[in-house]
Amino acid sequence: MRDFYGITLDIPLMLGTAQYPSPAVMESAFRQSGASVATVSLRREGGQGQGFWDIIRGLGVHILPNTAGCYSAREAITTAHMARELFDTNWIKLEVIGHADTLQPDPFGLLEATEALAADGFDVFPYTTEDQVLAARLLDAGAKVLMPWGAPIGSGLGLNNRYGLKTLRAAFPDVPMVIDAGLGLPSHAADALEMGFDAVLLNTAVAQAGDPVAMARGFALAVQAGALARQADPMAPRDMAVPSTPVVGKAWL
Amino acid sequence: MKIELNGEARDVTGPTLADALTELGWGVARVATAVNGNFVPKTVRAQTPLKDGDRLEVLAPMQGG
Repeated sequence: MRDFYGITLDIPLMLGTAQYPSPAVMESAFRQSGASVATVSLRREGGQGQGFWDIIRGLGVHILPNTAGCYSAREAITTAHMARELFDTNWIKLEVIGHADTLQPDPFGLLEATEALAADGFDVFPYTTEDQVLAARLLDAGAKVLMPWGAPIGSGLGLNNRYGLKTLRAAFPDVPMVIDAGLGLPSHAADALEMGFDAVLLNTAVAQAGDPVAMARGFALAVQAGALARQADPMAPRDMAVPSTPVVGKAWL
Repeated sequence: MKIELNGEARDVTGPTLADALTELGWGVARVATAVNGNFVPKTVRAQTPLKDGDRLEVLAPMQGG
C-alpha cells in the first residue's frame, strides 16, 4: 500500500472542515466518515480560532493544513511556514491558485513553492492538475505525493478527465496520489479508488449535502468499496455480450 | 506606534512583536505571525521590534478544505 510520507490510512479518505451547518455536524460527519485526515486553513484571528483548534484536536486525526487562497508562490510559502508552527506538522496541502473562476493551480507558482518547501523539510501535498509533465517536475522538486484535481474545487462534477487521470496514474505507479477537489458523489470517490488512486480529499460534497452525516457515511463506504474492487483486480470490459449462465445443458423446449 | 493589524489600523505600545501580542490579548493564544509579509516564528517574537507602519498579520486555525 502506498503511504503518505510514512502514514497509511485505514480509510482512504481525507475530509475538509469547512462549510458545515455547525461544529457538531462536522464532528459527527468525521466520525461517520472514518476519515483520518482533516484539512484546515489559517485565517486572521477573529476570536474563533482557539475554539476551532480544540475541536480539531478532539477529532484525533492527522491534520493537513492548506494554503487555500494563495495566488503566488511567495504567499503560499509564507502561509506554509505559519501553518507548520500553528498546527505542529510538516504536512502542507499546497495550493497556488492561478485563476479565480476555475481555482485551477498555477503550475509555475506551484512548482516554485514545492521546490522551496520540500527543501525546507515540508511534506508537500501539491494540489495539481492531471498534467503529466508538471507531475514529473513536482516529483523532481521533492514532492512525494501528488494531488490531482477531479474537477474544479466545489464543482461536484466528479472525475472531469478520466483519460488524463488514468494516464497520470499509470505514468507514476509508485507515487501515492489523492484525488483532490471536484467530487460530488460517493460514486465519484469509488471511481477514483477503482482507478488506482490511493485516497480522495473532499469537503463540499459532504458539508453541503442536505444530510452531511449520512453523506459522510456514504463516502466512507464508497472509498472502501473502490479500494476493495481495485485489489480484487476487476474484469476487463468487452463490447459484446457473453452469457454468464452455462449454455451447455440447456433444455430443448 | 501605529501599525496595521490584520488589515485594520491599530495603536500599540510595543516595542517588540511579543509585547504587542500580549497587549492585544494574544499572549498565550495559538496564533502564527507575519510582519510585512514575512513569517516571524514564535521563538523570535521577543527579539522582533515593531515600527510605525508595520503590517502585522495574526493568523489562527480555521476551517478549510
